[in-house]
Amino acid sequence: MHIMEGFLPVKHAIGWSVAAAPFVIYGLYTINKRIKEKPEQRMLLGVAAAFTFVLSALKMPSVTGSCSHPTGTGLGAILFGPAAMAPIGAVVLLFQAILLAHGGLTTLGANVISMAVVGPFAAAAIFRAAKAVKVPFAFSIFLAASCADLLTYITTSAQLAFAFPDPAGGFAASFTKFASVFALTQIPLAISEGLLTVVVINALVRFNSPELQEMKVIAVQEVQA
Amino acid sequence: MKRHQNLLMMIAVVVLVALPLWMVKKPAPGPDGKDVQIFAGADDKAKDLVGTIVPAYKPWFKPLIEPPSGEIGSLLFALQAALGAGFIGYWYGSSKTRAQMRSKTEKEPRC
Repeated sequence: MHIMEGFLPVKHAIGWSVAAAPFVIYGLYTINKRIKEKPEQRMLLGVAAAFTFVLSALKMPSVTGSCSHPTGTGLGAILFGPAAMAPIGAVVLLFQAILLAHGGLTTLGANVISMAVVGPFAAAAIFRAAKAVKVPFAFSIFLAASCADLLTYITTSAQLAFAFPDPAGGFAASFTKFASVFALTQIPLAISEGLLTVVVINALVRFNSPELQEMKVIAVQEVQA
Repeated sequence: MKRHQNLLMMIAVVVLVALPLWMVKKPAPGPDGKDVQIFAGADDKAKDLVGTIVPAYKPWFKPLIEPPSGEIGSLLFALQAALGAGFIGYWYGSSKTRAQMRSKTEKEPRC
């Protein structure tokens, strides 16, 4: 979902950066506050960040014949709330932009919005909604993580279509084109991300259930059962 | 049961990754005789798409550092994945040991 360096017009690049900055700053504030109050959750924050590191480094083949990578932001958003993932995603994107020429500094804002803001907020919202309608726990995790992954790529498609509307069909035609590159490729990868997130959550439930109960990810009675 | 569930899900991920490799066949070389690349990055495809929608667009900023070769690029990607996987492994190992020690002390009566 990385928009390549220089591939957004100057105005768009600045606009997205300005939009992304408050999320990153607020996210840092919430992380600091939480670590001060609950130092024992540091380890889990590390796991969430590490998961994003791993998944966003894995470029996987897809049925469309091109390669893309999952984002791994759903897990952290479910555990720590969506705001905390903005700075974590920004670190990953910065690493890739500076060292790997993957993504870019001028497109960092737009990429942060899609991967580290839209994805995590979608994950948290879907997880909560699924819990409210009593979807089984593992399935609601799967739904949240895979939809967040997919929505990240749909956001990227919209950002590119917004910057480069089709001369004939405008935004809609351009969006269809970009989405056919990004979103279609992403479908099997989003399923993979959903499954891997459930694997990690299962391990977390096994080893860290006191923390998860405190974070209101699992209900207290679910563990005793 | 949980363990089976995890194993099955991991197998499903491997299948999801392996299936495209087997399903997507390399198309014949185009009329210009050039080999058609498959499994290129979606990001690069989007870059090409920008070129077809707005041919006049020129990227106005270049990456500051570019990995000098594909190998160096994959080295850095591997490093990123290794850092993440290393930490997850550390957490898993220490959590498992902690859980084992805890159940041991619970089973053995303290003297």
